[in-house]
Amino acid sequence: MSNELKAKYPSEPLKCWKKAKELREKYYRDYAMAHEKGGIRWSGGANNIEPIPAAFGKDVYPLTGEPYGASIAYDKPFAAKCHAAAEEAGYPRDLCAYMRNYWGSMLINKFAFGGPYQHPDFYWQFHVCSSHAKWYQEASRIGSKIAAKGAPVFVTDLGVGPYFLKNEKTGHYYAAPNENGIRYVVNQLHEHIEKLEKLLGRPFQDELFFEAAENYWENISLWTRICLLNQAIPAPLDEKTIFSLYVFLALNKASGEFVEFHRELLDEVQDRVDRGIAALPTERARIMDDIQPPWGFLQLYRYIEKFGCVCIGSVYSFGLMGIWDIDEDGTLKPKATPKERGIEIKDRDQCLTLLVDTILANIWSQNIIEQSFKAYLMERVYEQWHCEGIMIHFNRGCEGLTMGAAEQRLYLAEKGIPVVGYEGNMGDEREFDLAETEEKINAFMESLGLK
Amino acid sequence: MIEKFKEIYENRHAYAENWKRETGGKVMGYFCTYVPEEILYAADILPVRILGGHKPQSVTEPHLFGMYCPFCRDCLAQGLLGKYDYLDGLMIGLSCLHIRQSFHSWKLHRPTEFDYILPMPNALQSPASLSFLKGEYEKFKSALEEWIGRTITDDDLRRGIEIVDRDRKMMKQVYELRKSETPPITGAESLYMVVASQMSDKREHAKLVEQCLEKELPGRLKDRDAGVRLMVVGSEDDNFALLEMIEGGSATIVCDDHCTGTRYFWDEVQLDSAETDPLTAIARRYVERTPCPDKDWPERIRIERILDFVDDYGVSGVIIAQQKFCDPHECEKVHLRETLENKGIKTLALEFDVTDPIGPFRIRTDAFVETLSAGDDLF
Repeated sequence: MSNELKAKYPSEPLKCWKKAKELREKYYRDYAMAHEKGGIRWSGGANNIEPIPAAFGKDVYPLTGEPYGASIAYDKPFAAKCHAAAEEAGYPRDLCAYMRNYWGSMLINKFAFGGPYQHPDFYWQFHVCSSHAKWYQEASRIGSKIAAKGAPVFVTDLGVGPYFLKNEKTGHYYAAPNENGIRYVVNQLHEHIEKLEKLLGRPFQDELFFEAAENYWENISLWTRICLLNQAIPAPLDEKTIFSLYVFLALNKASGEFVEFHRELLDEVQDRVDRGIAALPTERARIMDDIQPPWGFLQLYRYIEKFGCVCIGSVYSFGLMGIWDIDEDGTLKPKATPKERGIEIKDRDQCLTLLVDTILANIWSQNIIEQSFKAYLMERVYEQWHCEGIMIHFNRGCEGLTMGAAEQRLYLAEKGIPVVGYEGNMGDEREFDLAETEEKINAFMESLGLK
Repeated sequence: MIEKFKEIYENRHAYAENWKRETGGKVMGYFCTYVPEEILYAADILPVRILGGHKPQSVTEPHLFGMYCPFCRDCLAQGLLGKYDYLDGLMIGLSCLHIRQSFHSWKLHRPTEFDYILPMPNALQSPASLSFLKGEYEKFKSALEEWIGRTITDDDLRRGIEIVDRDRKMMKQVYELRKSETPPITGAESLYMVVASQMSDKREHAKLVEQCLEKELPGRLKDRDAGVRLMVVGSEDDNFALLEMIEGGSATIVCDDHCTGTRYFWDEVQLDSAETDPLTAIARRYVERTPCPDKDWPERIRIERILDFVDDYGVSGVIIAQQKFCDPHECEKVHLRETLENKGIKTLALEFDVTDPIGPFRIRTDAFVETLSAGDDLF
């Protein structure tokens, strides 16, 4: 590669970076110290309807499993201890890497942010992939066995079939919610709320619920708008930075603090676009990637930048916590929130229904049911965000998100889109070879005319 | 007569093609035992479960990342190799992630006249799952009606239930005989019977089983030393080489819990009266049957049924034999082994691949059986 790439654009660090770090630290601190303040804490997946636990009080704090597992992966020595503990306990190493990190942390009784492991009061999970429910079922059993702290598990099934269907005439996808499925999910939530009231000895407060729901929609809508801004050339954000920012919605979409942060971030990113501030001053090519990255090796994204190539995002980082819709011509756009559609929240069932529709409409989760939609989305992002190529992480650590990756690669290649795949693991550092991956990137960049 | 079941299994494609020719009917290939065969029989469609070929292949690699289970890759291979080109339809009842990819890739590269994704709920312990599933069955029935060009009536559904339930009853009678001190049928032979029912017309299959029960099984194998009584617990399992190898020694597999065994047929549809809505009755059967671990939460129901089988069949040891990389079963394995061993039941864990390493498996299973037959003292 050329060692003398010239800066084409001005660049500057994000102003809200410090605040982002503080918010993230506070999140984990609040969870760890919840009991000291008489509060409640829960743990569960990031693909969640957090407004429901939030309705039990302002002193209810979450710990979402995937970011926690990813945080462990980033700390390789700590991750190694977690893997060893999980394997010693008998769990196969091909299981979800986040899940093994999480269980491992419990088994060695260490919280990734210091001190002993902090057991939740209940588990609150939404089931999409085969591991989701089993993760917390087993966590509860481990907690019970090692510390007599087997917290009750509440899992809501989201497996109601595809949300987006294909218009065979135009080739584009459109929203086609399964009303039977929405009612099924809502009914499960009503059941859970009743049980949670008994468990926690607190009433479910509709006012708090509605407030948290509004935060939920605003948070994911703001994030979607931020992602759209990355269509700009030069890209104001790069994927490595995006990973540090999207995580807030994986931590708690119901947070009012995060709404403020996202408003600030949106303004700042818009400002960067207006002033032509680049994430990569030498940007001369753009790629997108796919699926979670190998968290212990994020330097991969800086390696790509040495070619003057910026990774602008992915269906994963845009879609995981965004709220998207598709125009008739295939343009990806934000899905209007209930407020934007002029809907006034009047009662609990209505609010639950709207939230369920939102979570089911999440564009990345359909891939776990059928894989054609994601191939289509990848092509849309590639075009709409002006990319030259796609890098796919064949992530052994997550069977859910890696579903269909092989067929998606073939689909894109047949469309003439340059695509490269590399194998790795989002949460297990033993299953990633940085040198080999860099060699693949070298070859891929050369194929894109970047040396 | 028992050999007939093995013949059906080994010549499954010829069987289905012959059935099509003779009846003029349609054949639906399906993944996963959560597909409601009752509704397919009501539509006069022959359901055939897609299973692997147990031979090394190289066709799936571009389509399915190697980290997914061998079973899903082997199934897809059969499609890509054209073994199932006679299928008129293809469907899946949503269960585990891995096999969904097989369905998707198959649909892409070997499209059929009809295909369907049936959203089988996972929250089976929630009261909400029954009405949801019934609603999905109504949609599925409508899709079938459009395909076959006729209405599927409640009487058709009752007929479908009767066909499938009769076969279930026959198989349970066979399994009842395996409780005896000298079971008249080995585990491998029973498995051929069960798997044959998944790939043949159940009306014919039930008759064959009935004939076996009347004429062949009484007194069969009475001089065979059953040896150590084992149970196989696992995921998809039609790995006959393993079972025959185990039973060639001093052991008999007397029972099982896996989806090519009792999980497939054990629970019947409860259609008590003419007033019971047949679709609801079918839905209730699939909601309440022994669950796949993928759907066995938040409480673990399946383990209770395994323990019941252990007691009822006088099982001394359990072989946990499941597909490599199978997440739902792998998540269960630690708890399953601990629960069984706390009850004094020893376990041996094996992982399946497309082809099995019979040599290394033999060493391990022989040693396992020896520990069970020798008691505490090996020497």
